[in-house]
Amino acid sequence: MSDRLSVFKTYKLYVGGKFPRSESGRVYEVTDSKGKWLANAPQGSRKDARDAVVAARKAFGGWSGATAYNRGQILYRIAEMLEGRKDQFVREVADAEGLSKSKASVVVDAAIDRWVWYAGWTDKIAQVVGGANPVAGPYFNLSSPEPTGVVTVLAPQESSFLGLISVVAPVIATGNTAIVVASEKSPLPALSLGEVLATSDLPGGVVNVLSGRTAEIAAPLAAHQDVNAIDLAGADDVLAKELEIAAADNLKRVLRPQPVDYNETPGTERLTAFLETKTVWHPTGSLGASGSSY
Amino acid sequence: MPTTAPAAHALGEVTASDSTLRRFLHGLPGVDAVGLEARAASLGTRSIKTTAKAYAIDLAISMVDLTTLEGADTPGKVRALGAKAVRPDPTDRTSPSTAAVCVYPDMVAVAKEAVAGSSVKVASVATAFPAGRAALSVKLADVRDAVAAGADEIDMVIDRGAFLAGNYMKVYDEIVAVKEASGAARLKVIFETGELSTYDNIRRASWLGMLAGADFIKTSTGKVAVNATPANTLLMLEAVRDFRAQTGIQVGVKPAGGIRTSKDAVKFLVIVNETAGEDWLDNHWFRFGASSLLNDLLMQRQKLATGRYSGPDYVTVD
Repeated sequence: MSDRLSVFKTYKLYVGGKFPRSESGRVYEVTDSKGKWLANAPQGSRKDARDAVVAARKAFGGWSGATAYNRGQILYRIAEMLEGRKDQFVREVADAEGLSKSKASVVVDAAIDRWVWYAGWTDKIAQVVGGANPVAGPYFNLSSPEPTGVVTVLAPQESSFLGLISVVAPVIATGNTAIVVASEKSPLPALSLGEVLATSDLPGGVVNVLSGRTAEIAAPLAAHQDVNAIDLAGADDVLAKELEIAAADNLKRVLRPQPVDYNETPGTERLTAFLETKTVWHPTGSLGASGSSY
Repeated sequence: MPTTAPAAHALGEVTASDSTLRRFLHGLPGVDAVGLEARAASLGTRSIKTTAKAYAIDLAISMVDLTTLEGADTPGKVRALGAKAVRPDPTDRTSPSTAAVCVYPDMVAVAKEAVAGSSVKVASVATAFPAGRAALSVKLADVRDAVAAGADEIDMVIDRGAFLAGNYMKVYDEIVAVKEASGAARLKVIFETGELSTYDNIRRASWLGMLAGADFIKTSTGKVAVNATPANTLLMLEAVRDFRAQTGIQVGVKPAGGIRTSKDAVKFLVIVNETAGEDWLDNHWFRFGASSLLNDLLMQRQKLATGRYSGPDYVTVD
């Protein structure tokens, strides 16, 4: 045994590029799968949620306006940073999900690969879901996907890291900004992800990570008039129904919870869930006597 | 923070000459900067909730001088601002009107028409705002123009150059002349506290303005880096409180610039109540010079009414 004093880590929220404690000053105990104490995590309140929305809204213009290529570069950079801190995530995932070191390592590898996969999609999704539409008139008709806006993401409760990344990466890849409510039982990988994001060229506010009681934080976010969409992946049936009702008030886009195997290769479903289609009609100019001038 | 105000009998004579005025202003007690800031900060920690918060938000809305002072102001923008001042939240008719709209002199007529038939006043900046670097005759012409166009209130800037050079009598005479030119319009005197360097200077400027007949003393133009702060507003509120105690004349206070959130506005109201007292909690005696503040107040008002956080999509963009 060494004589060193333990240096415990103070886990904090990640809001607007900064690491605040919860406005409420509360923390709650996080334990591993066997009930052993791991750390105290901040127990976020409705005011933390409010601050996160302000930060996400502020970041939206710059992030959605960045070129898709640039977003892809930044997401790839995040994957590079995750790779560098793999040991920490392996430890946290092993503790949180009761996996052996080697199994946790497989999960973390898959999560990083998932992130790289989504990084590649940033400048390709527009070709898949947008394009020229054939119309019966002298017009070009073009559709392009646009980000929905500020998206609240309730991260999956069980898959604390692979699941988390599988729901966060597609949201920001397409230019949305996100408020992530971490798994209530295992928030530590999500809070550590915040530290990675802060050092990866990702503008502050694009992803905001809150931890605490999912139901408490999600309720004001679902009702918030300045949140455009909500992903209910981490809500149980009862909570999901309540939140969906609250979200209906300003016609939020809602992604209902569905059984997902996060180990499978995801389709483009989550990428397109928070996209809206913008269609532009453009006149093609004068038509010749014999029809189109083209 | 107690301040020892000068004896009442002296006030009549202090403006007799440059030297008496200087002696008086430099005889004002020095400001304890650390104490002032600590007091302002501690008053900012009050927690205002539920019904008190609703009252404070409505009061703050009614105190806003909705301001547009841009080179790019168009008649259309001023009309839109006037409509917003009369009915800040078109979805909720219970929200009070703002106190006034504040525009450049050439926009007064447009603003006047836009708020016609309502309680909203039209305030106009004048005297070569914001720098104040023009001859007195030009400044007075500026004021007369604004008054002739129908301005109810005139926001003048003092000559900071003369003030900082110690030429207090010049500043005093200018304010007196502008007051005369304003006629029935209420005169707000802007000190541009961010350019006065010290708290002592802000206290001196406050007394100088009040002695010269200001109806309102105002922190700043909103055009420099440092605008209204809780501390300089607290200091000016102490001055108007002491001035009323000495002379019986009540003077209003208007912090302007940099107040953007409801939280800030409520902090200022707490400072008003705790320093000058309830008599000043009225839009005849206290104003906020602001533009973006109003939207935040309206969003907070909607939150209180519905229980849901509102967003910028639900207030007008101006």
